[in-house]
Amino acid sequence: MAELVQEHGAQHGSTGISNIKLGMWLFLGSECLLFGGLISTYMLYRGRVGEGPTPMQVFDIPFTSVSSFVLLMSSLTMVLAVSAAAKADDRSTVLWLTVTALLGATFVGGQVYEFTAFYNEGLGFSTSLFASSFYVLTGFHGVHVTVGIIMLFALVAMVRRNRIPGSKSETVEMIGLYWHFVDIVWIVIFTLIYLIPV
Amino acid sequence: MTEQHAHEEHGMSNAGYVRIALILAAITALEVSTYYVDFGPLFMPALMVMMVVKFTMVVSYFMHLKFDKRVFSVMFYAGLFLAIFVYAAALSTFKFFIA
Amino acid sequence: MAIIERPSAPATVPAIPSASLGALKRPVTTQHGWRSWLFTVDHKKLGIMYGATALFFFVVGGLEAVLIRLQLALPDGRVLNADLYNQMFTMHATTMVFLFVMPMVSAFANYFIPLQVGARDVAFPRINAFGFWAFLFGGIFLNLAWFLGGAADGGWFMYAPNSGPVFSPSHGVDFWALGLQITGIASLTGAVNLIVTVLNMRAPGMSLMKMPVFTWMATVVQFLLLFAMPVITVALFLLMFQRNFGATFFDVAAGADPLLWQHLFWIFGHPEVYILILPSFGIISEVLPVFSRKPLFGYPFVVFSGAAIGFVGWGVWAHHMFASGLGPVSVAVFSVATMAIAVPTGVKVVNWTMTLWGGKLQFTVAMKFAIALIVLFTVGGLSGVTHAVAPSDTQQTDTYYIVAHFHYVLFGGAIFGIFSGMYYWWPKMFGKLLSERIGNWNFWLMAIGMNLTFGPMHILGLQGQPRRMYIWTEARAGEGFFNLAFWNLVASIGSIILAVGVLFFFINVLVTARRGAQAPLDPWDARSLEWMTSNPPKEHNFDSIPTVGHLDEFFHRKYAEDHQSGEIRKVQGAEEILAEMERNKDAHIHMPSPSYWPIVLALGLPVIAFGLIYSIPVAIVGGLIVVLGCFGWAIEPSTARDEDVDPPAAPSTEVVRHG
Repeated sequence: MAELVQEHGAQHGSTGISNIKLGMWLFLGSECLLFGGLISTYMLYRGRVGEGPTPMQVFDIPFTSVSSFVLLMSSLTMVLAVSAAAKADDRSTVLWLTVTALLGATFVGGQVYEFTAFYNEGLGFSTSLFASSFYVLTGFHGVHVTVGIIMLFALVAMVRRNRIPGSKSETVEMIGLYWHFVDIVWIVIFTLIYLIPV
Repeated sequence: MTEQHAHEEHGMSNAGYVRIALILAAITALEVSTYYVDFGPLFMPALMVMMVVKFTMVVSYFMHLKFDKRVFSVMFYAGLFLAIFVYAAALSTFKFFIA
Repeated sequence: MAIIERPSAPATVPAIPSASLGALKRPVTTQHGWRSWLFTVDHKKLGIMYGATALFFFVVGGLEAVLIRLQLALPDGRVLNADLYNQMFTMHATTMVFLFVMPMVSAFANYFIPLQVGARDVAFPRINAFGFWAFLFGGIFLNLAWFLGGAADGGWFMYAPNSGPVFSPSHGVDFWALGLQITGIASLTGAVNLIVTVLNMRAPGMSLMKMPVFTWMATVVQFLLLFAMPVITVALFLLMFQRNFGATFFDVAAGADPLLWQHLFWIFGHPEVYILILPSFGIISEVLPVFSRKPLFGYPFVVFSGAAIGFVGWGVWAHHMFASGLGPVSVAVFSVATMAIAVPTGVKVVNWTMTLWGGKLQFTVAMKFAIALIVLFTVGGLSGVTHAVAPSDTQQTDTYYIVAHFHYVLFGGAIFGIFSGMYYWWPKMFGKLLSERIGNWNFWLMAIGMNLTFGPMHILGLQGQPRRMYIWTEARAGEGFFNLAFWNLVASIGSIILAVGVLFFFINVLVTARRGAQAPLDPWDARSLEWMTSNPPKEHNFDSIPTVGHLDEFFHRKYAEDHQSGEIRKVQGAEEILAEMERNKDAHIHMPSPSYWPIVLALGLPVIAFGLIYSIPVAIVGGLIVVLGCFGWAIEPSTARDEDVDPPAAPSTEVVRHG
């Protein structure tokens, strides 16, 4: 249906704005309230550790700093992929998308390692309110990253086979917006959850 | 004019993106340093400012919001500020900011 | 991925032989019968499906209400036991709010927003179809709990500890939480879709301040949904993790703050109230001018007060929690904000009244419902202001006074508006006029029944009858005019009258379908763009997209001022306008092709939900269905090729289909 606007732009009084991009930004605006709720829940409960370990006992700041850095850099590679796609440079697009997905996978891998380590230190999912709200918040973020990785790999396959039914550069740009959003959520989480002591 | 037009189309050059990423990396390093160095009373404000700067840079440059149509900014920031407003209000009823 | 509709630029559609696509072909576009509904992406068909499903749930929720009233009609009621009674009021509210009023609004919004803004479809037709199926499956899933050990029983706002496993051991609350999650996804996708449609796909010349008021109000509602649904999503996820995975988010014994649930629920819940009522405000803002033969009084005020309600609606949620010990500062702030929100609402009532003032009123059934809305909503609004006063609210919390209040605004407001819209738009949707004679029975029985049911509840509440009391005894009923026995009986009799009134609507639909005559093209001499097409509209809505020069464009095409006498005269009828549009028919009209994937994708959601309750492997299967649906969605071609159409489309066909 987006063609309607493109092809018959004048007839439709089109604003010249891409439907899908507007839809994506609306979705991201909505996601702010989702993560806001989870972050607030964590902030309310972070000090309620019960018998379990406290945040400062389990957090491994150097390790999380590295994985935060990895995710941050994946935003750079993503934007390079978008830029390559805008120039219709399929080879670079595929390359940067793949790198982005791998960096994302590294981040998720780090999160799995982190969860395992925390669990071994006595922080089970239902150990305390801190534990539950921490796992739900970061787990939600991790699921978002994982969905992003799946989309990136799917996109790589589709770009290579030329199977994208529509504008290639816009599809890459949309996945890019999602990916950057996941990154900015982590920027907030890293500061509020990891760096501010309870 | 042509450069401005190019900005509207593609945002920035690849070199520009790398520059942004380097700044982001530097801020992140600074953030992490607060864990090791005592910033005193500046600790919280500094962390908050750095978080906001990083957030805004990614949104403005990597997500092209700075170069894109204004309506996208309106929609996204509406959600963001609404989230900040309602959740801050809810947390303040728990006296979260007083302690 | 669900959010991503296939992007634009058809020139780059890759050349793939369609035969190799197999199941990924778009369904043929000339389908008839059930397949034409199952795979449709047409906003009008989806609107009708939303409406039919919502009306079905209206009957379900209505029967639940009647059972509640039967139980309370006489002392020591034996219709329901305490457990069933709890399930009944919980599911009554949940059904009416989430499965009737919200989807009914979606029905009107889906059907009429594209028509009112002069578009051929919504921005993302496949996402639109997905939204409907997700709503349907979510609604069914919610109600399956009745047959699997009992429905949810914690009240519609599901406060802790009632929502916990101790007080609600059945799977009812689990079905409730996950079912609402699914319908929430439907609402969210619908919101994105309709906002983009309104912002981006208006006919040339239609500036925002030339949009019909219904479109305006429905758009405000979509923004409320967009930002409110994620909040309830968070709350429901926390509840699910508490019930199914051992978290203790709302468990006081574990150190939690149950107020967290209340905040999350009402941050969603108060915008939700406006989500329910604003579309009806929009509907009657269409109906009143048409049947008063006058333009809407103060259009910008109606629009901006609607938007203001949408804004302020975010700052009043804690007035649902005045009795929970928030502290004096919070209570004062939220109390003042709540009083403030009465102002834009009052502005609207004034505007409607002034629209009627001096008009040539035609008391059609649609008009009667609209006028009744003004009266009944004002009654409910006034009792609402009494809740804004915190000390008074403390007395009224959890009494029948509250029940009376929200039924006046929701039944007298939202539902009367919906019925007004039904009578007004029925000829547009189905080409036949609903019978005014049966409609009058429908209206008067509903109006009388509604006041008999909910009016006495003010008295019951002020006498102290608690909101969720399942039984009362003669000994405690009191004496004199204000005794509970008499007014409970009146309310119960009222509910039967109300039910009969609603029954007349369904009779009307059946009679009209069988015997109703073809409606004239412009039966009400209406004003807005949706009437500037055939009844029902063609698949592509408009033969040529109109250029809009005025608010009430259709009216301005029909009528013109005589320069000498200053009189407003009809210069042409709907027939002439339509004939002219047909003469200037657009050359290549691109319509979206049907698709298999929205229903596949939506089907995965209840499977995941089942799995989360009963066994994780099932959830994984559901997840795989969703992933499969996403891939099919992403890969399927944007257009059904000519050779896929059965019978093959003639090369001269003018309607080309796109995704």
